[in-house]
Amino acid sequence: MSESIVLDIRNLKSHFFTAKGEVPAVDGVSIQVPAGKIIGIVGESGCGKSMTAMSVMGLLRYPGKVVDGTITLDGRDITHLSPKELSTVRGNELSMIFQEPMTSLNPVITVGRQVREAILLHQKVSRDEAKKRVIEIFREVGIPEPEKRYNSYPHQLSGGLRQRVMIGMAMVCKPKVMIADEPTTALDVTIEAQILRLMKKLCREQGTSIILITHNMGVVAETCDYVYVMYAGKVMEQAETFALFENTSHPYTQGLLKSIPKLNEKAERLYTIEGVVPNLLHLPEGCNFCTRCTEADARCRKEKPALYQAGDGHGVRCFKYESEVQLDGK
Amino acid sequence: MENKKVLLEAKHLVKEFPIGGTKKNPLTVHAVSDVNLEIYEGETLALVGESGCGKSTLGRTLIRLLEPTSGEVFFEGEEITSMTAREFAQRRRQMQIIFQDPYASLNPRMSVKEIIAEPLTTYGMKDKGELENRIKDLMKKVGIPEEFYNRYPHQFSGGQRQRIGIARAIALNPRLIICDEPVSALDVSIQSQVLNLLKDLQQEYSLTYLFISHDLSVVKFIADRVCVMFLGSICEIGSTEALYEQPLHPYTRFLLNAIPKADPRLRTEEKELLSGEIPSPVNPPSGCRFHTRCPYAREICSREAPGCKQVGQRQVFCHFPLEK
Repeated sequence: MSESIVLDIRNLKSHFFTAKGEVPAVDGVSIQVPAGKIIGIVGESGCGKSMTAMSVMGLLRYPGKVVDGTITLDGRDITHLSPKELSTVRGNELSMIFQEPMTSLNPVITVGRQVREAILLHQKVSRDEAKKRVIEIFREVGIPEPEKRYNSYPHQLSGGLRQRVMIGMAMVCKPKVMIADEPTTALDVTIEAQILRLMKKLCREQGTSIILITHNMGVVAETCDYVYVMYAGKVMEQAETFALFENTSHPYTQGLLKSIPKLNEKAERLYTIEGVVPNLLHLPEGCNFCTRCTEADARCRKEKPALYQAGDGHGVRCFKYESEVQLDGK
Repeated sequence: MENKKVLLEAKHLVKEFPIGGTKKNPLTVHAVSDVNLEIYEGETLALVGESGCGKSTLGRTLIRLLEPTSGEVFFEGEEITSMTAREFAQRRRQMQIIFQDPYASLNPRMSVKEIIAEPLTTYGMKDKGELENRIKDLMKKVGIPEEFYNRYPHQFSGGQRQRIGIARAIALNPRLIICDEPVSALDVSIQSQVLNLLKDLQQEYSLTYLFISHDLSVVKFIADRVCVMFLGSICEIGSTEALYEQPLHPYTRFLLNAIPKADPRLRTEEKELLSGEIPSPVNPPSGCRFHTRCPYAREICSREAPGCKQVGQRQVFCHFPLEK
């Protein structure tokens, strides 16, 4: 990848220190976000995709802690910023939308004022000027009658509109990177399609990079340029979207794709990945996926595979693709 | 399927919820409006639609978990909505339900054993040994190891909990099971395990499913027939194959178009999307409920509710069904 990297996450480790032991929720994750691209992180619940996002945003709280790795935003190391420094970055250069548009807005403040707050906090403009910009961004994210909606409270808006407000709030300072954590999971399909289209449009027009976190392979296929597949705290496979779907390499990704019911074929039975996600406190000695993998052998159960290069920009954490070049630089 | 036997039939079923307002001007949620529906023995009928379209309410009203405002439901030809509670109790055991949220639908203070035993003891199985055998048998059927007999729900994963919910539902050998979004809360790899289990059980016990879901890919896999709902009324009913191949109601087509497909080659920029939001069920639009979002709506659509049109094996509720 020759594009300029806006956000560079290297070997990030975020652990939780619980009474039962240290939980490696994010275990050596490296993610590069080029300018103006949509990067997908997929995985099942508990795989560490949301925790990666929280670590980048500096939102991890006790007992969670970033124990290793660096996060570089536009050449500046933001891994260990003080709260004060962080607040100039967060919401300004780096913003986030959450899954639940119902709970991420303050119910007793009008949506217009909530978005205006983001502008007033980061930019030196008058209140009237800020209000004008809010109405502008509302129009851009497709909220009908933006002047009227400015004075609405969150409960007066539908789920889709609330998510549009959230996107407006995240975009209003023209951030370099926006992290969207399951932005459409709580929405209906017809609304989901609208929101995804909107995010793509904003990404293209404003040059903002987006990290899209989702569990839905369909959403990834439709929107992302590059994809990271995570499992039990580690990136299992990473590739450009087309390469990932056409040349699926890791047994986990293959299983994941095979177990989704397809619209264009009638199957008698669905493929299943047997077993359940391992407990992060008692991870297997070898590959994290070896307990459920159909192709695992003795070595897989003993040694941890690195992220091997399997093609141009295509990394696979599996011994089947063992090569000299390792993408996680160990 | 020939000589299909109707197991459950709903006629002009209406369910409304009063939500306050004033005496002069009471507010009502029109959750289910004048629905006619037949479920055939041994089939899987899917009920699809977006949130708030009344699919769960319809499912619950059909088995009298909610009392209908008006209309009739026939189970094997017998009208069940007017039965007394005592009369209905013997029918109730033939209709069970599996809920969406496996975290909320199991009592956290009851062990697996007690959860599965509850329907059995309610319907008169008293003998301890018999009970234990039956419970273990059921656990084996749904793939929960027998050793977990005394465990509590919090010791299980989401997928396992849903299996326990399924064991409870099939304990009384019911004829009909309402599956209310049974896999929506589960991860993809677990979802396929549970879907396969539901299919296996259906064959083994010749069960009839009413499968409520918003996920059209899951429905494609499991259903024989599909019924699409929008804002309390039915848009279209037809066999799964035909309906996916050639949607006749505009709403069905937009719904199918909107699903994100797990194949980047099918990516299209110009995909036709439905604009606007779902209207409120408190104040549903006049005429066809879909006309405010429908790009093909004409003048008559806002005036008159469309009747049922029979197109081959399909029923479609639209003034201007899409051309074949």
